[in-house]
Amino acid sequence: MTDLSTSLKIEPTVFELSSPGRQGHSFPELDVPHAEIPKSLLRDDLPLPELAEVDVARHFTRLSQLNHGVDTGFYPLGSCTMKYNPKINEATSRLPGFANIHPLQPIETVQGAIGLMFELQEWLKEISGFAGITLQPAAGAHGELTGVLIMRAYHRARGDDRRVKMLIPDSAHGTNPASSAMSGLEIVEIPSDTRGNIDLAALRAECDETLAGIMITNPNTLGLFDENLRQVCDCVHEAGGLVYGDGANFNAIMGISRPADCGVDVLHFNLHKTFSTPHGGGGPGSGPVGVTDELAAFLPGPIAAIVEEGDDEEPPLYGLVTPEKSIGRIKAFHGHFGVMTRAYTYIMMLGGEGLRAASEHAVLNANYLQARLRDTYKIPYDRICMHEFVAEGHWEDAPDIHALDISKRLMDFGFHPPTNYFPLIVPEALMIEPTETESKETLDAFADALIQIAEEARTQPDLLQTAPHRTPVGRLDEVKAARELVLCCWLPEK
Amino acid sequence: MFLPHTDADREAMLRTIGVKKIKDLFEGLPGEHLFPELDLPPGVAEMEALAELQHIADANETTGELISFLGAGAYNHYSPAVVDSILRRGEFYTAYTPYQPEISQGTLQAIFEYQSMIVALTGMDVSNASHYDGATAVAEAVNMAYHNFRGKRTKVILSPGLHPHYRETVHTYTVDSNILLEGEETPLDSGPEALIPLIDDNTALVAVQYPDFFGRIHRFRELIEAAHQAGALVAVHVNPLALGLLEPPGDFGADIVTGEGQSLGIPLSFGGPYLGIFATRQQYVRKMAGRIVGETQDARCQRGFVLTLSTREQHIRREKATSNICTNQGLMALAAAIYMSLLGKNGLRQVAELNFHKAHYAAAQIATLDGFELVYDEPFFNEFTVRCPRPVAEINEELLSYDILGGYDLGQTRAGLENHMLIAVTEMVSREQIDIFVDALAEVAHD
Amino acid sequence: MNFPKELKYTRNDEWIRMEGDEGVIGITDYAQDQLSDIVFVEFLVDVGESLEQGETFAAVESVKAAAEVYMPVNGKIIAVNEDLPDAPEKVNSDPYGEAWMARIKISDPSELDDLLDADGIAKLERDH
Repeated sequence: MTDLSTSLKIEPTVFELSSPGRQGHSFPELDVPHAEIPKSLLRDDLPLPELAEVDVARHFTRLSQLNHGVDTGFYPLGSCTMKYNPKINEATSRLPGFANIHPLQPIETVQGAIGLMFELQEWLKEISGFAGITLQPAAGAHGELTGVLIMRAYHRARGDDRRVKMLIPDSAHGTNPASSAMSGLEIVEIPSDTRGNIDLAALRAECDETLAGIMITNPNTLGLFDENLRQVCDCVHEAGGLVYGDGANFNAIMGISRPADCGVDVLHFNLHKTFSTPHGGGGPGSGPVGVTDELAAFLPGPIAAIVEEGDDEEPPLYGLVTPEKSIGRIKAFHGHFGVMTRAYTYIMMLGGEGLRAASEHAVLNANYLQARLRDTYKIPYDRICMHEFVAEGHWEDAPDIHALDISKRLMDFGFHPPTNYFPLIVPEALMIEPTETESKETLDAFADALIQIAEEARTQPDLLQTAPHRTPVGRLDEVKAARELVLCCWLPEK
Repeated sequence: MFLPHTDADREAMLRTIGVKKIKDLFEGLPGEHLFPELDLPPGVAEMEALAELQHIADANETTGELISFLGAGAYNHYSPAVVDSILRRGEFYTAYTPYQPEISQGTLQAIFEYQSMIVALTGMDVSNASHYDGATAVAEAVNMAYHNFRGKRTKVILSPGLHPHYRETVHTYTVDSNILLEGEETPLDSGPEALIPLIDDNTALVAVQYPDFFGRIHRFRELIEAAHQAGALVAVHVNPLALGLLEPPGDFGADIVTGEGQSLGIPLSFGGPYLGIFATRQQYVRKMAGRIVGETQDARCQRGFVLTLSTREQHIRREKATSNICTNQGLMALAAAIYMSLLGKNGLRQVAELNFHKAHYAAAQIATLDGFELVYDEPFFNEFTVRCPRPVAEINEELLSYDILGGYDLGQTRAGLENHMLIAVTEMVSREQIDIFVDALAEVAHD
Repeated sequence: MNFPKELKYTRNDEWIRMEGDEGVIGITDYAQDQLSDIVFVEFLVDVGESLEQGETFAAVESVKAAAEVYMPVNGKIIAVNEDLPDAPEKVNSDPYGEAWMARIKISDPSELDDLLDADGIAKLERDH
């Protein structure tokens, strides 16, 4: 474990490091005549900092050292799939043939890029069972919005304007209600039953002619595969609704179960979770959307397609097309191509067998951790889990200790805490997703830490309540941040 | 691949779980189609993958091989080596959203500095941690203005000078709302004043672009005054590099500034990932979607940074949130922060000037050619519109044989713009290359 | 938990104090305690608007939660507490006094009969 507290001091901001007259980068001398710039168009001052290159390199390097990433340690953040990000992905995505091409170049000059997108679409179809894929959405939540807009467009195209109700199970991801609301739908929450499945009776009661669809996460945020998935889909379909699948937890089911085979109509992938592309400190992600044949005409454009078939001598000509009833663009250009190249590299290296092995080991690791912690932490829905599970971070004989305290104390052991206080249906939730790329030794060290923390909760509760102790900063005052709202370094008055 | 497990590990783990084999973990799964055979190419080793990806990449012609005059919302700029060298630090790129501030101060402070530099550049009061790209930033501006008036003002005026992809994205985002979009069909030649008659007391937002899609630098004071008189907000979409020279929108009254941050050190990468800039006035800070980093103190009274105002967000507000946006473009915002720190106030002005002078040199040369004509009289930054004697697609095809990537064919975007080419000139082209381009244009002017 | 006797309460933890045919509204001590440190108060209506019972007129936020404040009875907004957005912490320190939120003109006083009294709300929160 690294002790960051003694080795590092609080880092000044770039503005504090600035000294007038420095410049960290220069450009070539102007080689054309000066053109007249109308004075009235010019700005008076540009209050950016002034630093030498070495200052900038050191500043951001020191900042990086204040971070915990997958590269520095275990990161079992539930539903975020913080698996190892293979370094080869970084190399391939930066090949000049990928990094230095313009999105609006004539298609003849970017056949490699469009071909790669086409093949990635085909691979995602095969992995999920869907008939159509768009790679355009920028992130999971963006994919959700895309999917919901497709569902609405489908109903509208059939002249069915009454379908304004979206069902969302209480174990769904937090973004689902906001995505539905953005497309003007009314949200009805569906409870879970005692085994953590969607409550079928409650579902049936809501399946009527106003139903637009349901947004399900499977496996759900309890890490459980819904045992009634088929019945849920059938019930919604019989009422004329569509089933949206949140693919955030796809890492549990690659090569094991295909959402389209289970009755899901629309699903977003998270390339930054399942397919090993890095999370980037909060983006860029990529949220491709897969749909059934019936919905393919509504996908946003452009989509990579073969526009002229090839033959034995000539490869096909790839192009970018917009489907006939498309909901339209969801962002500029074609999507996060730099993320696609990483996911493409990953799928190519693993192949079908490798993807299945990844999911199998993700499930193995989660069940192993669950088994190691079962006697110490309450597992409210205790059955074989998928790639993650939810424990309660609270004990009756340590009433003042909460999931937050356990999370903060875990940092002292060099671990990133699990997702906490989510899902909302488990009090004091600790949602743990180890991923397949972690070794037994890492899992054991993490389990040992959690078991030791459970002991400390009874014997030295203040050690938890004042944690973390070995991080660059201690617990931060979020109330002060929200009340005083300092959102910007000091800048000279205009 | 990428699995650390030994056979002994697996056995021990299965024993602890209490099952015999991995397949037993999936026994409870419903469905008839479990463990499908996936029809994917068999897995390969890293060196094979690299060779194959190199082969695919080689099938693309890059801006390193071609002299590029293509812009239209994505620009070929130089990114200093420091930028990518920092982006490759695993501590940055393998972290997630900084939910746990005690071990995320690097990401949080970098974003705080990014926000500060965007404030300095735009002249606004506050910036968020970024949106997906320029298009979605404009869509979020529409969304914010609509919610600012609690849905009581339903008209949004979009300038015809906004990038067509941005306008399309706004249409997609608002199709299921009662927002009415107007203004896109106003004549291109008449400038922002043509939008003024559309403004009324039902108008929530007027959205314009600076410089606009056709390269023109408009004055917006009159438009903004009219909008404010009617109680409406104004969003100005910027190319942040141009603000190295130009008066910032904060100085002429914008309520929201959006931008495409790709020109701040982010590679073209066939269209993404880029960076959606979003800044506004202090009074609207709680209406702004997306993550925001704020300064605070820790338990040891040291300065520290946290995500703040999170109750505006989807995971707490759920369906009451104004937007579903979750992530920002963290790593891209970091790239822009490094870029702006490196260049600083003088470097950013220098690169903006290079763009300005080179574009004006190219424009002046092209204007002397028979059959070519600059279409607009307004000032421009690094991009301008030229009427050509032939269809642009034909010219561009011929230019490729000179290893030149020609400008954007505006005929695709709007009736009446056939034979119009949008030409971008950045610091990446030399005078010699501009001369080659101009000579080539002269040669391909006629078929 | 403190529930003054002279007030009437909703099941959503708003209180109302009658002053003639006008009512003053806020949120209860219990509600502020549940939300913890309040960092933001926003009024979602304009003075002069008439609202029905149950309609939202304000939003209150802490760092971890957001809550909406509903009209306890039908009425017309005649004033909102303009000081509160600048001093949201008053909701924590003085929920029944300085942190009043709106003054309304009541259209039908008989609606007050459906609200809870202090014992009623105290029992409700005890059973939570």
